[in-house]
Amino acid sequence: MSAREEVLARVRQALGETRTPVPEVVRDYRLTDGRPAGDEELLTLLVDRVEDYRATVLRCGPAEVGATVRAALDQGLGTGWAAGDVVVAPGLAADWRPAGCDVDDDRPAVQLAERAASVTAVAVAIAETGTLVLDGSPACGRRALSLLPDCLVCVVTADQVVGSVPEGLARLDPLRPLTMVSGPSATSDIELQRVEGVHGPRTLLVVLVGG
Amino acid sequence: MTAVDLGMPGLPHAPRGVGHLRGAESFPDAARGALRNGQLRANLGHATSTIRGKRANVVGELPDWEQLRAAGKALKTATMARLDEHLEELERQVTARGGVVHWARDANEANEIVTRLVQATGTSEVVKVKSMATQEIGLNEALEAAGLDVFETDLAELIVQLGEDSPSHILVPAIHKNRAEIREIFARTIPGVDPGLTDDPRQLAMAARAHLRERFLRARVAVSGANFGVAETGTLTVVESEGNGRMCLTLPETLITVMGIEKVVPTWRDLEVFLQLLPRSSTGERMNPYTSAWAGVTPGDGPQEFHLVLLDNGRTAVLADEVGREALHCIRCSACLNVCPVYERAGGHSYGSVYPGPIGAVLSPMLTGVEDNASLPYASSLCGACYDVCPVAIDIPSILVHLRGEHVEAVARDRDRPTAEAVAFRGLAKAMSHPRLWHLAQRAARLGRLVSRGRPTLPNALPPPISGWTRSRDLPTPPTKTFVQQWTEEHRS
Ligand code: SF4
Repeated sequence: MSAREEVLARVRQALGETRTPVPEVVRDYRLTDGRPAGDEELLTLLVDRVEDYRATVLRCGPAEVGATVRAALDQGLGTGWAAGDVVVAPGLAADWRPAGCDVDDDRPAVQLAERAASVTAVAVAIAETGTLVLDGSPACGRRALSLLPDCLVCVVTADQVVGSVPEGLARLDPLRPLTMVSGPSATSDIELQRVEGVHGPRTLLVVLVGG
Repeated sequence: MTAVDLGMPGLPHAPRGVGHLRGAESFPDAARGALRNGQLRANLGHATSTIRGKRANVVGELPDWEQLRAAGKALKTATMARLDEHLEELERQVTARGGVVHWARDANEANEIVTRLVQATGTSEVVKVKSMATQEIGLNEALEAAGLDVFETDLAELIVQLGEDSPSHILVPAIHKNRAEIREIFARTIPGVDPGLTDDPRQLAMAARAHLRERFLRARVAVSGANFGVAETGTLTVVESEGNGRMCLTLPETLITVMGIEKVVPTWRDLEVFLQLLPRSSTGERMNPYTSAWAGVTPGDGPQEFHLVLLDNGRTAVLADEVGREALHCIRCSACLNVCPVYERAGGHSYGSVYPGPIGAVLSPMLTGVEDNASLPYASSLCGACYDVCPVAIDIPSILVHLRGEHVEAVARDRDRPTAEAVAFRGLAKAMSHPRLWHLAQRAARLGRLVSRGRPTLPNALPPPISGWTRSRDLPTPPTKTFVQQWTEEHRS
């Protein structure tokens, strides 16, 4: 017998000839937050939760995204940064992109480690947990892009902000490579004290558009 | 309680001689040493009380925590009831998306598969994300024996690896070390580390970052575990904090994921429950910093070769035990460790297995067969705190009593007559399943403490069959307060 057949046969033996009926799963937890996506209260909640992870949020109107992304980079890198320090997701809207900075292409992923910052969009944001989800689409970029540069700027539009985890997951395609980001990388391994910034970006800035 | 044979004949346990499920000494012997170590107790007390407070805060925020918990339990029960079907579906979906699925009957087979896969890539270095399954099977030792270099990348695992130590907690494997001890390990073992390194946790974390950065960038093969594997889509997930997981899941050309067969969940939607239960229960955060999810291979993004190794190693023997089966529901959050008065005093190493604390006390003996971990079902005061915090509501105290009963039955079978323990534990099992009886029994025990006050041991003149037990045991006088009473008083806050 192959290992596959044997493990499956063991499972069947363990469960017995007459199987117990599968219990019904009652989903009487909160499926929605009750507030519609983009509701001002949700935006406020998202800001509060993201800042609780010691990330920074900058809010702006739809016409000011480019300028606000630049302001975020000023905060993350200091005002002396050069366009060449920054690389953006290939599908990021052209007017969100600071002039002169590089668009990610199919260069070897490890080369992204030489860049100081990256800018991406997100697929969805979950207010209650302060979570941004990147889904590998052109606007979010490949996973290495939001991982290797030490400073990450994510642009979130108000309509992408939902209240709860169930609402957030329902908007995602589980066949795509997903990265859920809740604050900068962190560790609690030393005396269970949270320290921000280990291997992932040490600085996370969120540009929240609209609302 | 249903009387089901532990590990029905024919369903093999985790084999001896490989992996980390069995300790060199019994729990009481190992714990005796730990109890004398004041530094260890202080480190553990500090860390577990911090995490208990954080968990309580974020759990209290959710008005539907109990509903989520009930859904988590029901989802796990439903999954186990059709485990074979979900595993086959997972295999189909992972394969359809460009992954390769391997099956491993036990630790030896899983280690062989992973070693062969690594060797086939022609590289000699492997980066690893912390994973309980790979610790359980002793994968690092197997890879090293094959001449490969293994680098643990989780900060706590790194501390353990550099300190030539072993993990003592599911979530925070170096919980037994304080910052000064960690500083000492780093200063001694990391080549080229700044001699001015202090014990500030931030500086220590930065030293680890610098140490591992180059390794990540040149790594060609990574090995990970998985928190959940979604059958309907073939999506695997890793829940983490530091970003070392993302490095391993993203940068190498080849990714090998070792997953216990019980980690499958039927649908993507089920994660809406577990991704709320897990982070709040484990690190006490609303959400952990990073959760990665991937299905097979994505062109142009991440590893272009993906292998999933599905591991049994005694799990089907646990599944065969209708009472103990529930231990397979564990999502490894470690909340039960953090509230356990026995864990807090004895420490993780005393359990002799990679699974310490209350869940380890039930899971390890069931994976190995109770004869190989016979003292673990007794490593508990049955106070019930573990059940109260468990995000999937595993009734650990009842499984402990069940295992004690089974152990005692096995011993009695050997001797061909029921022992006092057998009788006592059968009575205990009965009492615990009837709340009123249990309450009465506790009151009676308190009375016993009053009667024996001031005397070093209980009198031998107890009525049979208990006398048969006390004569051979030199039973210590019960303390004037129960463990639970004392624990509640100490932790009332
Ligand atoms: S038994 Fe429950 S509380 Fe303990 S680690 Fe597993 S899921 Fe967490």
